[in-house]
Amino acid sequence: MTARSLIIEETPLVLYCLRRADDALILGHRLSEWCGHGPTLEEDMALSNMGLDLLGQARSLYSYAADVEGRGATEDGYAYLREERQYRNLLLAEQPNGDFAQTIARQFFYAAFADLFWRAMTSSADDTLAAIACKSEKEMAYHLRHSAEWVIRLGDGTGESHARMQAAVAAMWSFTGEMFAMDDAERELIEQGKAIDLGPLRDGWRATVSDVLRTATLDMPASSWMQQGGRAGRHGEYLGHILAELQHLQRSYPGAAW
Amino acid sequence: MMENKMMPLWEVFIRSRNGLAHKHVGSLHATDSKMAVQAARDVYTRRGEGLSIWVVPSAAIVASDPSDKAMMFEPAESKVYRHPTFYEVPDEIGHM
Repeated sequence: MTARSLIIEETPLVLYCLRRADDALILGHRLSEWCGHGPTLEEDMALSNMGLDLLGQARSLYSYAADVEGRGATEDGYAYLREERQYRNLLLAEQPNGDFAQTIARQFFYAAFADLFWRAMTSSADDTLAAIACKSEKEMAYHLRHSAEWVIRLGDGTGESHARMQAAVAAMWSFTGEMFAMDDAERELIEQGKAIDLGPLRDGWRATVSDVLRTATLDMPASSWMQQGGRAGRHGEYLGHILAELQHLQRSYPGAAW
Repeated sequence: MMENKMMPLWEVFIRSRNGLAHKHVGSLHATDSKMAVQAARDVYTRRGEGLSIWVVPSAAIVASDPSDKAMMFEPAESKVYRHPTFYEVPDEIGHM
């Protein structure tokens, strides 16, 4: 016996919550893969702590999506009983850990965005999203600080660390454009004051990224061609593998608990 | 160890509440002071233990020599009059 997948009524607000929740869950899951494998005990814990921050954000957002959808879904249901195509996360979040530099580049690009995003969302007209934003904003400010310091130290470190950090920045770059994408469902929420316009965040993000890369003696990639698809459920080859691990137990033994 | 050059040892002190002193909680490896503060936050304040962190390079700490123990500390053991409890306070003085 296996658990059936959920059928979800994706109203704009439900979709909005699921997109952000999926970013946090999938990126958090990636960070959790470092647990016990970090380069040092200190960094192992730093990565796990960041993963747990993101898991907490995902839980709050899934719970709210379940309330809004009002069809009896739960936070666990969204996480464990949706197909790959029903996941709405950024492609950036599902990129593999690679070497430590790639994990740091992915975290830095996301945190530089999420820090601005959640700070702006603290003034959302939706009280629940504003409350989630208040908590998330502080967490993402720390993720940004920590990952930026590593970008600087690796970039401006040894020849080897510089080369790896530069390669990681290049590898993650084309997944950064999707963070600023908006569709009609989101525009509707923006007009209601519940969501925020992502356009104005782009300059702030670029300023942070270019400052840190310059300090790190790294080149900012020039390419403007960007990958897209995650927000609409079109994923790369990685998400299916993540979900296989993440969902296996609940799919095989529905409702299993300990 | 190669780690010692790139990642020296730091001693961590945490102040748990306003009005209390920073207390030594342990040590960690970090590339520099900024990263040491972040690592201290990640390793030693996960359960809300702290409001303030100090980190000090372990190499900056000067310690007493264990072989000097007798000379350094035993002379204090026979001086009970250095403890306030040695003195009887007359009743008329009340609380001091």
